[in-house]
Amino acid sequence: MTAKTYRRKLDIRNGRVDLSHGAGGRAMVQLIADIFHEALDNEWLRRGNDQAAFDLAGGRMVMTTDGYVVSPLFFPGGDIGSLAVHGTINDVAMAGARPLYLAAGFILEEGFPLAELKRIADSMGAAARATGVPVITGDTKVVERGKADGVFISTTGIGVVPAGLDLSADKVRPGDRVLLSGTIGDHGIAVMSKRRNLSFETELVSDSAPLHGLVAAMVRAGGHGLRVMRDPTRGGLAATLNELAQQSAVGFRLSEAALPVKPEVAAACELLGLDPLYVANEGKLVAIVAPDACEAVLAAMRAHPLGRDAAIIGGAVDDEQRFVQMTTGFGGGRIVDWLSGEQLPRIC
Amino acid sequence: MKFADEYRDARLVHALAARIAGEADPAGSYHFMEFCGGHTHAISRYGIEDLLPGSLRLIHGPGCPVCVLPVGRIDAAIRLAERPGVTLCTYGDVMRVPGSRGTSLLRAKAAGADVRMIYSTLDALAIAEAEPGREVVLFAIGFETTTPPTALAIRRAAQKGLANFTVFCNHVLTPAAIQNILDSPELRHLGRVRIDGFIGPAHVSTVIGTEPYSFFAEEFEKPVVVAGFEPLDVLQAVLMLVRQVNEGRHEVENQYGRAVRRDGNRQAKVEVAEIFELRKSFEWRGLGLVPYSGLRLKETYAAFDAERRFDVECVSAPDNPACECGAILRGVKRPADCKLFGTVCTPETPMGSCMVSAEGACAAHWTYGRFRDRARKAS
Repeated sequence: MTAKTYRRKLDIRNGRVDLSHGAGGRAMVQLIADIFHEALDNEWLRRGNDQAAFDLAGGRMVMTTDGYVVSPLFFPGGDIGSLAVHGTINDVAMAGARPLYLAAGFILEEGFPLAELKRIADSMGAAARATGVPVITGDTKVVERGKADGVFISTTGIGVVPAGLDLSADKVRPGDRVLLSGTIGDHGIAVMSKRRNLSFETELVSDSAPLHGLVAAMVRAGGHGLRVMRDPTRGGLAATLNELAQQSAVGFRLSEAALPVKPEVAAACELLGLDPLYVANEGKLVAIVAPDACEAVLAAMRAHPLGRDAAIIGGAVDDEQRFVQMTTGFGGGRIVDWLSGEQLPRIC
Repeated sequence: MKFADEYRDARLVHALAARIAGEADPAGSYHFMEFCGGHTHAISRYGIEDLLPGSLRLIHGPGCPVCVLPVGRIDAAIRLAERPGVTLCTYGDVMRVPGSRGTSLLRAKAAGADVRMIYSTLDALAIAEAEPGREVVLFAIGFETTTPPTALAIRRAAQKGLANFTVFCNHVLTPAAIQNILDSPELRHLGRVRIDGFIGPAHVSTVIGTEPYSFFAEEFEKPVVVAGFEPLDVLQAVLMLVRQVNEGRHEVENQYGRAVRRDGNRQAKVEVAEIFELRKSFEWRGLGLVPYSGLRLKETYAAFDAERRFDVECVSAPDNPACECGAILRGVKRPADCKLFGTVCTPETPMGSCMVSAEGACAAHWTYGRFRDRARKAS
């Protein structure tokens, strides 16, 4: 963006997104410059191309893409902007990779307040700077009122995997240990606490956080023993473990007593008839680890601020039916099945 | 978590389980039906069956409000929702209940019907106030627990003179259904099922009290223990039932004394009696027509009755002939005895009512307990 050719400043305080902001004219250029470039500023965006060019050191790359439609857009502990950065970084990091760059596409609804859009873009920029993973290219579209819900963000991330590391969901073997990096359900309950018709008082905040630092520490401590990692977002821990059980043709046996759940989350779940096992997380990971690397990886997790509450919650077992089972707090047994239906729409 | 963890104390749970095992006659057999879906869910979720001796069997009764809704009423609700200008409000669980020919409210919504999920009857009232141009219909379902909130919404609507709010009433009564089960031929004449006692509903009893169960205890000589929904509540109720059976007693006892009184909640009962009256009979999925088991709006409140305003016609539609929900609800069969269970009928694609809500016998067994079928087959 060079000389500013538009006459009037963008009225961020009172203005709203209108269809001209997506029409390809001056209004669009102004919106992109004053809100997105301002917030996300980096050398690639400054060049103002429709794409970003960069050199690679070589090695194994990972790429991921993700859409964000969370409602409400702002929730305790984050917003759709920081969530989009953290979520995409985490998807890259779950391969054991170091995230390098992000791309972001914005679908804006006509009438959306520019002040809120700026808040989202600023939050995204802050998250990108804090994590050291810049948003280097993007796109903006505007749709008519009623055709979207404020803002939708779609992000793509790429990263590079350390040599020799090959994590994959089909590598779990009976006897492997299941490690969880911290308490479950925080994000889903925090978001829900602000939903219309449902709002309840809680001090709980979303766990939305970038996990690449934690992953790097785990890889250093016991990369050879890491089978696979996942961040249990939608569908919660239950969905993640059922996916892994299917893909690796094993079963899992968990211990309810070992599952870290915050008392606020347990209480809210009780009230709403939910099970924390199915509630979304945005700053937690599950790692399946070979028994000989388990202690080292667990120690590395606990030494990291985002893995302080890490715990061994169970293990993989031989089971041709690929059940995820749990020993309840009293020693009874139950299945931890896939979520059926929709527990909570639009949680991320 | 205060007031919940106390009732899930593993040490006390094991102590109670040991006492049940000690007092239950190993040569005898104890068949107890938990009427209420809340108990079914708790029993499955906490793996309580694993803690009980082999001589004791829990039979999952019909007390899941979503499960007992007959196909004809679902179809009628879908037709209501499809009418132009109508907004149908309902609790989330109801959305997935299958109607006839693979329909459901969820599918009707996807096809364009205005169906909204609410958490409280007052949400429906708020929608009616905010959107005076829409005919807002509350699809009201449930047992005695959810009836008072519906009564409250109707009373408020009357006070406010809301002309665009009506209720499609499907509220049903617990005692009538229990009596229907006890009167069933399998139980009375054929001897195919045994029920030695009932774990009485928790939340329902907070409203109706323990008194209505006296009839079953006397007439059918079956003990009833009203119990809370926590694991310790359920186990204590089981122990109380075992003791009654051992001692040849058949009384109504109240394990859930912290919430349930003999007379229940008088104010709620008055509120309900003011607005609703008994229907001569009402169809239950799985049980068929049950006399005096359902409620409808009184003539005085006819203006708020969706059945009157929209001339709702409910055509009884049969379940899939292979579906065993009826037999499962009466305790004649177990979920795994049904050919559809886990094959074409799963929580994602429920065929029968018991698979629909997490409180249904089949859904609870599928979601939490189906690994036991493997053990049963193996042994």
